[in-house]
Amino acid sequence: MFDYGLFRFADKQELFDKSIRFWNPDKTKFWQGVGVDLVIDRREGYCLYDMSGRRLIDLHLNGGTYNFGHRHPELVDTLKGALDYFDMGNHWFPSVARAALSEELIGTAPGMKYAIFGAGGAEAVEIALKSARYATQRRKIVSIIKGYHGHSGLSVATGDERFTKLFLADRPDEFVQVPFNDIDAMERALAGGDVAALIMETIPATYGFPMPQEGYLNACKALCEKYGTMYIADEVQTGLMRTGEMWGWQTYGVEPDIFVTAKGLGGGIYPISAAVVNEKCGGWLEVDGAAHISTSGGAELGCIVAHKALEMLRRPELVANVHAVTRFFADGMADMMQRHGDIFVGVRQKGVVLGLEFDHPEGAVSVSRALYEHGVWAIFSSLDKRVLQFKPGVLLSADMCQEILDRFDAAMPRARALLHELSKAA
Amino acid sequence: MADAAKVTDQPLLDVPDVVWQRASMKLDGARWAAGKLAVTGRAEITGIVDAVADAGHARARHYAEAAVSETGYGVVEHKVIKNEACSRGVVDLYRDEDFVAPRIDDARKIVELPRPAGVVLALIPVTNPVATVFFKTLLALMTRNAVILCPHPAARKVCAEAAHALADAAHKAGAPENAIQVIEEPTIPLIEKLMADSRVDLIVATGGPSVVRAAYRSGTPALGVGPGNAPVLVDDTCDLKAAARRIVASKSFDNSILCTNESTVLAFAGIADRLLDEMKVAKAHICTPEQTQKLRDLLFTDDGFNTAVIGKDADWIAREAGFSAPGAKILVTPVDLVQPEERLVREKLCPVLAFARVTGIDQGISAARSMMRHTGKGHSAAIHSSDERNIMAFSAAVPALRVAVNAGCSLGASGFETHLGPSMTIGTGFAGGSSIGDNLTPHHFVQFARIAYNKEADVAFGAFEGLDPHDLPRLASIATAQPQLSLLAGGGGADSDAVRRELRKIILEELNAVLAA
Ligand SMILES: Cc1ncc(COP(=O)(O)O)c(C=O)c1O
Repeated sequence: MFDYGLFRFADKQELFDKSIRFWNPDKTKFWQGVGVDLVIDRREGYCLYDMSGRRLIDLHLNGGTYNFGHRHPELVDTLKGALDYFDMGNHWFPSVARAALSEELIGTAPGMKYAIFGAGGAEAVEIALKSARYATQRRKIVSIIKGYHGHSGLSVATGDERFTKLFLADRPDEFVQVPFNDIDAMERALAGGDVAALIMETIPATYGFPMPQEGYLNACKALCEKYGTMYIADEVQTGLMRTGEMWGWQTYGVEPDIFVTAKGLGGGIYPISAAVVNEKCGGWLEVDGAAHISTSGGAELGCIVAHKALEMLRRPELVANVHAVTRFFADGMADMMQRHGDIFVGVRQKGVVLGLEFDHPEGAVSVSRALYEHGVWAIFSSLDKRVLQFKPGVLLSADMCQEILDRFDAAMPRARALLHELSKAA
Repeated sequence: MADAAKVTDQPLLDVPDVVWQRASMKLDGARWAAGKLAVTGRAEITGIVDAVADAGHARARHYAEAAVSETGYGVVEHKVIKNEACSRGVVDLYRDEDFVAPRIDDARKIVELPRPAGVVLALIPVTNPVATVFFKTLLALMTRNAVILCPHPAARKVCAEAAHALADAAHKAGAPENAIQVIEEPTIPLIEKLMADSRVDLIVATGGPSVVRAAYRSGTPALGVGPGNAPVLVDDTCDLKAAARRIVASKSFDNSILCTNESTVLAFAGIADRLLDEMKVAKAHICTPEQTQKLRDLLFTDDGFNTAVIGKDADWIAREAGFSAPGAKILVTPVDLVQPEERLVREKLCPVLAFARVTGIDQGISAARSMMRHTGKGHSAAIHSSDERNIMAFSAAVPALRVAVNAGCSLGASGFETHLGPSMTIGTGFAGGSSIGDNLTPHHFVQFARIAYNKEADVAFGAFEGLDPHDLPRLASIATAQPQLSLLAGGGGADSDAVRRELRKIILEELNAVLAA
């Protein structure tokens, strides 16, 4: 019996049944199909506990939402303290929490002018695209094939057709896509001088973290300047110290006109997102500040959690930990690849953002399952299933990193067996 | 302004304690460093240790001045000596010892692999702050441990400055980040929380008895040492002139701030007056009964020991007590009773030396035992004598774990003027509430994993010479035994790459078709 006070489930099966009945039949069945019967119950630090009580180390982190781990005590205490005084606030008025957080955000990115808040990543992307359109008075948006920016109206239109066609939300006339790391294609897309914005993830997450080639992002930014296009960096998965700097673009030396942050900004406990814009892109805020409205965007409780999150991320102790985790997995995965090179064929890494390549088009689905059976939860890349997203948190300890590597090593024979089955089946 | 601005000391929101949160992150940092240090080779370790020692030595005087000015304790000149001894001095002493390489014992068919403690939490006393920072850091590094220095709050600035300098030097010499860290804002509750944290492997506690007991109570393995209260016996067989000179020099060294300093002279009655005369020559001031009473009142108030006198010079203390002793290096207070109720025979940590007469060795021993009943058990004692029987009898009977002979106790018992391990941390053993009875040395920071072969003569011992446990040839990988996936899928041979690519493409297309369906 799982008695949560407010509701009760006799067992995990009842939960599956009700999820299929009332929530999302396909998603529920999908996971069972790939051998992952996870229903997250308790959660603490970098660990999740299935309803069965089984412990899993979380390397999915929902794309960095749990950058600090689950329910980090300092964040939880911050939110609890805030709840004794604040609530979501009233989005119509200036507020102490929003002003303070805006100032903090601008402080992390000199050259930026305003922070505009949303509740989720897609909303912040939406704000970014609208801001660029206002600034340029152009309509067209260029994005990367297999890029991912969320599922709201404008953001989903920048993404893969898997998510647009179904809802008749693709708009090929206004939304142009080009291949990643192809600067010539980029120039062709921008050369018309009619593009409002180029939006790209600094490292495309859902595509499996292919690394931008040397100079690619800078060249894209230069093209934007040449053709009067705004450069929007989607930092939803690469921001918040995950690449070793506060923002991923800082590690590549590009200065975007707008960048977007979400997920981990709310510490995994209160949703908040932001589009941070330079003076040009913030122009509409001088003209009609109520042109974008969001009741839960920039809710004060979220602002306070985000404020704390930024403060934590700037501590030298935390930055040192990010470097240590980075080096550990750089060395550790090189070693694993040497030992399991028959199936494990490549590592993409920037800071604690890693994509692990397996030698089969669906390889990462099998590896994800093998890891799951060995107590580690890491998800494959939806848009390139060869690649496993491997996302250690910024506060992972030395002991737990070693445990992860030991479990990874132990899971490889099982992954190998699953992959061989797949290959034979094909 | 018209705002209803709230004027309170308390912020409106209850926010988490950032000091603890940062300290907690330091522990994580230290664990990373410890993991890396534990697999670092001897040459690198030696390089790091030397660099750290040099950095400390180079600024020994600066830190001595800073420590005296921050804490108000001690003598700059003497702190310079200690800082030098505890930096290069200590490193040179242990230079030939290897705490890193495996030790092979062919006769016993045993190999010992050094296993560092890991993360050492080093508590730093206010009395000898910088010397102890140097000392504990170097001992920890020699044995490949990461160290977190936890200074006494009254010495935190100078400790932090010194620790940062050492950390810098260590890092430049190749030490991992966070091998040396310092708690910049120490408080008692913070230190207690750190001590109880499971990420700490070893606490090395020097300080007052309450700190040491808290260390042992924390549940974390600890090396804590208790307070001193050293009796010094002077018999009728010693060189009185030399004894007097050594006692005064030792008692005035750094204004008696070492826990090994002499507390009470127990002089054979037959030589007592001559000893006092010689001490006067050595610049001791012998107090009148009134002056003795004034000192008793100054040092021991109704609230207990007056810590304001710690490490102050004789002149200052005399003036504070209400008399003057111009030019005196120490103040000698003759007492009749050598029992704990005579407060002047307790630990004083300032250049006030009690002086009592004993009829002979037996009474000397019982007097020493009596004064140590209150404090000082397991710590230090000294004797000036040329009679081995007296020396043996005294050492066997008094509850001290080290007896300095014909040497000043301050630097004798702490190993700088004897062949004991030179140490800022003096183990007081079981009698003194401690798990160690030696002077703290690097040996206390490392344990060994032992490879032990069957004793039987027909079981041969392995050839371990030259094997480095952290640089063994890669063990054969199971993966190499597995057929390549892509080969399974077909292909192989010279142009297998092209075949493989083609095959992958086909599989991908098929799969996509399946998925899209
Ligand atoms: C790079 C990137 N941008 C935007 C989003 C959308 O964020 P949200 O799901 O909060 O709308 C995501 C979510 O996965 C993302 O990974």
